[in-house]
Amino acid sequence: MFRTALRNVFAHKARLLMTVLAVMLGVAFVSGTLVFTNTISDALQKSSAKGFDHVDVAVTAKYQDAEGDRIGKVPELTEAVLDRSAQVPGAASAIGVVSGFTAIADQDGKLIGDGFSTRGGNYWGTEDPRYPLVEGHAPKGEGEILIDSRTAERAGYRVGDTVRMSVDGPVLKPTVTGIFTTDDGTVAAGGSLALFDTETAQKLFGKPGTYDEIDVRAKAGVTQAALEAELDEALPKGVTETTTGEKLADDQAETIASSMSSMKQALLVFAGIALFVGTFIIANTFTMLVAQRTRELALLRAVGASRRQVTRSVLIEAFVVGAVAAVVGLVAGIGIGAGLRSLMGALDATVPDGPLVVSPGTIVTALAVGVLVTMLAAWLPGRRAAKIPPVAAMSSLHAKATAKSLVLRNTLGALFSAAGIAVVLAATTMSGSDGQAPMGLGAVLLIIGVFILTPLLSRPLIAAAAPVLRLFGVSGKLARQNSVRNPRRTAATASALMIGLTLITGMTVMAGSLQKSIDKMASAAIEADYVVSMANGNALSPDVGEKLRKADGVTATSPLRNAASRIDGETEYLTGVTGSTIGELTDLRVEEGSFTVGGTKVVVDGDTAESHGWKAGSDFTVAYEDGEKQRLTVAGVYEGNDMIRGIMLDTANLAPHQSDPVDMQVMVKTSDGASGAVKDGLEKALGSNPAIKVQDKKDISNEIAQMFTLMLNMLYGLLAMAVIVAVLGVVNTLAMSVFERSQEIGMLRAIGLDRRGIKRMVRLESLVISLFGGVLGIGLGVFFGWAAGQLLGSTMPTYELVLPWVRMAVFLLLAAVVGVLAALWPARRAGRLNMLQAIKSE
Amino acid sequence: MTTAPIADRSTTVAARATELSKIYGQGETQVVALDRVSVDFPRAEFTAIMGPSGSGKSTLMHCVAGLDTFSSGSVRIGDTELGSLKDKQLTKLRRDKIGFIFQAFNLLPTLTALENITLPMDIAGRKPDKQWLDSVIQMVGLSGRLGHRPSQLSGGQQQRVAVARALASRPEIVFGDEPTGNLDSRSGAEVLGFLRNSVRELGQTVVMVTHDPVAAAYADRVVFLADGRIVDEVYGPTADSVLDRMKRFDAKGRTS
Repeated sequence: MFRTALRNVFAHKARLLMTVLAVMLGVAFVSGTLVFTNTISDALQKSSAKGFDHVDVAVTAKYQDAEGDRIGKVPELTEAVLDRSAQVPGAASAIGVVSGFTAIADQDGKLIGDGFSTRGGNYWGTEDPRYPLVEGHAPKGEGEILIDSRTAERAGYRVGDTVRMSVDGPVLKPTVTGIFTTDDGTVAAGGSLALFDTETAQKLFGKPGTYDEIDVRAKAGVTQAALEAELDEALPKGVTETTTGEKLADDQAETIASSMSSMKQALLVFAGIALFVGTFIIANTFTMLVAQRTRELALLRAVGASRRQVTRSVLIEAFVVGAVAAVVGLVAGIGIGAGLRSLMGALDATVPDGPLVVSPGTIVTALAVGVLVTMLAAWLPGRRAAKIPPVAAMSSLHAKATAKSLVLRNTLGALFSAAGIAVVLAATTMSGSDGQAPMGLGAVLLIIGVFILTPLLSRPLIAAAAPVLRLFGVSGKLARQNSVRNPRRTAATASALMIGLTLITGMTVMAGSLQKSIDKMASAAIEADYVVSMANGNALSPDVGEKLRKADGVTATSPLRNAASRIDGETEYLTGVTGSTIGELTDLRVEEGSFTVGGTKVVVDGDTAESHGWKAGSDFTVAYEDGEKQRLTVAGVYEGNDMIRGIMLDTANLAPHQSDPVDMQVMVKTSDGASGAVKDGLEKALGSNPAIKVQDKKDISNEIAQMFTLMLNMLYGLLAMAVIVAVLGVVNTLAMSVFERSQEIGMLRAIGLDRRGIKRMVRLESLVISLFGGVLGIGLGVFFGWAAGQLLGSTMPTYELVLPWVRMAVFLLLAAVVGVLAALWPARRAGRLNMLQAIKSE
Repeated sequence: MTTAPIADRSTTVAARATELSKIYGQGETQVVALDRVSVDFPRAEFTAIMGPSGSGKSTLMHCVAGLDTFSSGSVRIGDTELGSLKDKQLTKLRRDKIGFIFQAFNLLPTLTALENITLPMDIAGRKPDKQWLDSVIQMVGLSGRLGHRPSQLSGGQQQRVAVARALASRPEIVFGDEPTGNLDSRSGAEVLGFLRNSVRELGQTVVMVTHDPVAAAYADRVVFLADGRIVDEVYGPTADSVLDRMKRFDAKGRTS
């Protein structure tokens, strides 16, 4: 049986080509993902482990929980703690570590990195073991800085250059006195690191005289555990925590592994979709191969092969196909993994160096996935093969699928679809996260249901296209009839395309709607011309607000200043604003009382007011971070949103109680309104700081739009694989059809249909199938997008459904293009068919 | 070499082959399928082409019908010389001037009987001549089954649809390639009867390749081929006279 199966594989090489390609692409996607993530993860872990070489025990401050009127905070690690750590008997040395956000501009004044991994720290003494200098010398004072070698190389900085940089507001222009190398994981992953002398770093990061962490080295012969025990003994109880270097490295490795694994999982989901789409092609191909071999298989049965042997022969064939495809896919996947890394390197997303990791797990997974998916998809056709009666060997007719099974199929499909729709609809009435699981379940049910129903749906939907097809004369008419000739095959082919387009459309609808609602939320209540904030969402120094207030043409400013406090024994965040101007900078709907902020008068958003049982005129006591208390009065209650909410009070009232105030953003109103010149003026007033964003409402919208565009483009890219596999499916189906109908095509040529007519017929059939899949996919996608939006909208007051008509038209066009492209080769083949041989072949 | 002894080579000829040769391969492996064959197919005549397998009878028909290319010589359908035509023009010629009947019926299963019959005209984008179409359908006796699909028709009925399709566009000439090869004798006789009627009553020209002496007996003339040459012809054949000649060629073939 095995030899028969093997012979069949070779005999049908060409017809199995698309199947092999489809499986190969899926496997390549899977193995590429595994190789890429393993390689990056491995390299990151190795490099970060090296980063802990200089730490035997790390001392950090222990977070003090909030209690009574005292807010939760992190105690300070003072010089005294450092000294005491250095003096324990087992300690060889102790280094104080300070770090914080530090933006560095490149030579064009643009921020290096994405703002999230640009950090600054302190260089310890004259020779810091953590950061070996490649050239130059240790920095001293505010005017000197060290930068890491990768950043230096990227931006083209050399020792002696002046660098524009910023920590939380003002621009500094220190001179680069040295360049160092580091194993720091963040830098390896594409961030930047700038170092100051310790005192400067403490001052810049707002922690004068204190450290974030103390790294202690053990004397030779002292274990990390022993040192840790000594430190625990020596240091004040309950204020500090100690961790060994080994544990730090392990924790870091675990963090990296888990973050990579979530990326891996996300990628594998898309690989899974591509493979799932591939199963339709496999099933189609094997169904056809079995149908073509009906007589042959019946003959096998007639001469005594059992049903099981027949099924097995089909499965062996699938195994061989799957194995070949999986091996090729694995090789391609390793190539993709390597290529992706170089690509990311080329795109400036620095990735750590390291060997390409092709683990045995990757190989086994890739091969198993390829083989199993193929065999699973071939299982049904294999069973159908076994049902061929031996007597079929004597008749020339191919076994036809009975009408009864289509009835069963339609009933089943209708049940699934109805259940799916019902569950999805029910889920839309639930709120937020409660509805997620039922919605997912309903979506899966509905997709399965529609998939089962596609043969039934194909007739009316394709009939609807008849008026258009009629324009193409006989070719159009024949194309329409051919496309519904084998409803199951058409259905499977169209479904493959449908799945990709459902996801693409659904994501687009959701993203578009979300973007609109977030956009609305961000700008709805803001009357200010500009909002100034830090590139990475970090806090701004109050200096920034001061500078803006004094800038030319500015009529009003107000910070949104964060301050923790305790109210009724709970931590509550206050928002400090400029009471005299906040009214003109915002346009919040007042639900009760008046929008007055000043002195002890505050305004509160509806939700907060409700949770505390406050009304306009209520009094309450607040305990500030310095422990002092004050009695405040609710002047008004406003409708909050995701951007502006909470208790707003005057900064003047807040200032005496805050040691180190920071602003989340500053709102600015100018006499001339928003314009390019005004914006330039504001930026100049802030010293053209690379880390600070000055945005008008349009900029905010654009930024939000950009974020969504980026996300959508990534999703499109990942889903493209599923669409490509679906295209292969269309090619496959058409090639099969042309092959099966060669006699008909020969006859049509003989009685006078020219090559163009034949080609057009094949192309139109392809177009009809693709558009059928496209219409189904887009329809389902819109439904899912709407449903998911209903769910999201329940927690978002500004949510509204936005139907991306243009995009939907583009997707439909895409489906049409898919159809035309997929038909290229089969149509050529059909056109070139030798008419005489085609007519004779029976 | 023998040529058909036709006295009047005039416009009454529907198709004519002159010195027609078809050679496959080159040098050692060269096979001569047709060896300078000249033959006329007069209008309103029913010609059968006969010969043992490999004699070139199908090749002759394919070349004259514009289905296949030839190596040298000339073929005319009406006033049109085929040798100079490109594929596109040949296709158009087949569509407008020629009707075909195949052994395997070759109907489109997705089309109804009527749609199959009018297919050549649909391809051309022409409206069928209603009166002519009716008379053809009447003749083959399909009036009641025009809405049926091929799978709902018997073999004989399917071939009758094919005959109607070949005649429906009122072609210059109709070619049949073993049109009764897949039919039982009764259905075969019916189909041959229709073909003869189309010649007698409708003035059509029919050329049919067959190896069946009984089928050939329906024709007005039988042309015999052997080894790519025309070796004989019989006017007003009967099954017996055709069988007789065939036996003779067979014997000759063996002794030569």
